[in-house]
Amino acid sequence: MIAVVEETQELRKQGSGNGGAVIASLRRASKNYGAVQALRQVDFTIRAGELVALLGPNGAGKTTAVKLFLGLAKPTTGTVGVFGGNPIYAEVRTRIGAMLQVAKVPETLRVREHIDLFSSYYPRPLPIDEILTLAGLQEIKDREFGELSGGQRQRVLFALALCGDPDILFLDEPTVGLDVESRRVLWEEIRRLVARGKTVLLTTHYLEEADALADRVVVINRGEIIAEGTPAEIKASTAGRRIRCVTSLDIETVRGLPGVIEVRRDRAGLEIRAGSAEPILRELLIRDAGISNIEVTSAGLEEAFLALTGTNNDAT
Amino acid sequence: MATAPITLVDNSWVRPLSQTLTIYFKEAKYEFLTRLRLRAYSISTITFPLMFYVLFGLVLNQKDAPVGGVGIATYLIPSYGTFGVMGASLFGTASGLAAERGLGWLQVKRASPMPPFAYFMAKVALGMTFSCVVATLLLLLGVTFGGVHLSVLGATKLVAILVAGSLPFCAMGLAIGYFVGPNSAVATINLIYLPLSFCSGLWVPIMFLPKFMQQIAHFLPPYHLAQLALSVVGAGQHESNWIHWEALIGFSLICLGVARLGFHRDEGKTYG
Repeated sequence: MIAVVEETQELRKQGSGNGGAVIASLRRASKNYGAVQALRQVDFTIRAGELVALLGPNGAGKTTAVKLFLGLAKPTTGTVGVFGGNPIYAEVRTRIGAMLQVAKVPETLRVREHIDLFSSYYPRPLPIDEILTLAGLQEIKDREFGELSGGQRQRVLFALALCGDPDILFLDEPTVGLDVESRRVLWEEIRRLVARGKTVLLTTHYLEEADALADRVVVINRGEIIAEGTPAEIKASTAGRRIRCVTSLDIETVRGLPGVIEVRRDRAGLEIRAGSAEPILRELLIRDAGISNIEVTSAGLEEAFLALTGTNNDAT
Repeated sequence: MATAPITLVDNSWVRPLSQTLTIYFKEAKYEFLTRLRLRAYSISTITFPLMFYVLFGLVLNQKDAPVGGVGIATYLIPSYGTFGVMGASLFGTASGLAAERGLGWLQVKRASPMPPFAYFMAKVALGMTFSCVVATLLLLLGVTFGGVHLSVLGATKLVAILVAGSLPFCAMGLAIGYFVGPNSAVATINLIYLPLSFCSGLWVPIMFLPKFMQQIAHFLPPYHLAQLALSVVGAGQHESNWIHWEALIGFSLICLGVARLGFHRDEGKTYG
């Protein structure tokens, strides 16, 4: 099953390339809440069939961007378009599915009752059995929402996003607070959607999640898009390297070497984060003949992300 | 880069009437089921007025002490009926709205193509349904155990007035629901509901209240609903019913205006 899904994803990536038509966009969109600038002049497009991850720390503006796309917030300046229309209108919303962060859902309704109600809002809903199967809810369809576990609750909200058979889905931090197992289950369900030709925007602050799911990652921080590309490109663009070594040089000296981003004491040695490893290694070897246990690894998406947002934070 | 969107939305799309009706029906049905299963609402809104009635109308009833020209068991049906209607309407609308608005559920629904009006109508329908249940049960108790005599027409009229009378309080509930937080909703409603009931003469008949309180009562909407209901059983202050209807309609419009303000304030804050 997983193999099949991955194959389809691969095909889709090759097929779509740059060619998918734009189906949703923010154009120079800003959003202010009072004095707080949640989004600043953001340009953001979503193309048919792709899975875009909007990645950023808490408070970066991810949810605000989703709200603009859903017509739940109006941009202070700039425009938003979904399927060439304004998402405040019901005819546009019939083609959108949304999974939002919600603190409390009516707890005394059963799973299938929630789905039945939401299905009635859409002109061509999926059959309820199909929704239950897609979201993995068949066995708990008669349970009241209040009796469900965290993972099951997220899957119900996911099912509500699905039930109108939308062309585009906006998933706002779909796996937040879930354990590893539940997260993987939901990932699988999201992959299956994309394999069915749906377009998905998901926000996350789990870097692993963006890496595992997305065709394209858009990194956002403090209301601005600071990087964009495939997960591999994001990693490459920062070219992060991590060097571990045991050295007699003191930490301040190492920190002063050109190209060093961060130095931490790591057990017996130092852990150095830098743009590229070679110049630093050269310096280290010249300055400390007794240096040992050198280990160079490429930084993960996590380091790339920290580097991106960290650099940005220093700049402002 | 600027590829034209593949599929534009059909702007002429209008939801067929049958589908719209289905949404309104399901919204109301599930609102009802949600609340029915929520014991805190269904039990308390129905049992409190009944309990009061059993206690003061039936158990502590002194048969030789008529109030306003009728027996106490008869007088207290419209009186506690109004009290019950207020509770069912205020709690039915305000607490649900405040919680769903404050904790994000309303936003999930707003992101869907649900017609917003269906959501509010479901709350009003809920308030009216529970009002009808309370009024009917009070009447049944009175007729069965309190020796209350009322014609079928009179009984129907009484229930109809009480159910119609739930509308102003549903409107009031929507207004409150837009201005209180999810955690303070129940406390706020009680803070309004209980003093208002007492001052309108729903617990202690109005003529036993001090004169100045009787004056104040004229400015309180539950007083007017109680007087309309009392006039059906031949009790009450015998004022013109038009005054009461006008007062209730005016009050409803004010509350709807406030609720509308709240709605737009919310849209401005979260959606604006």
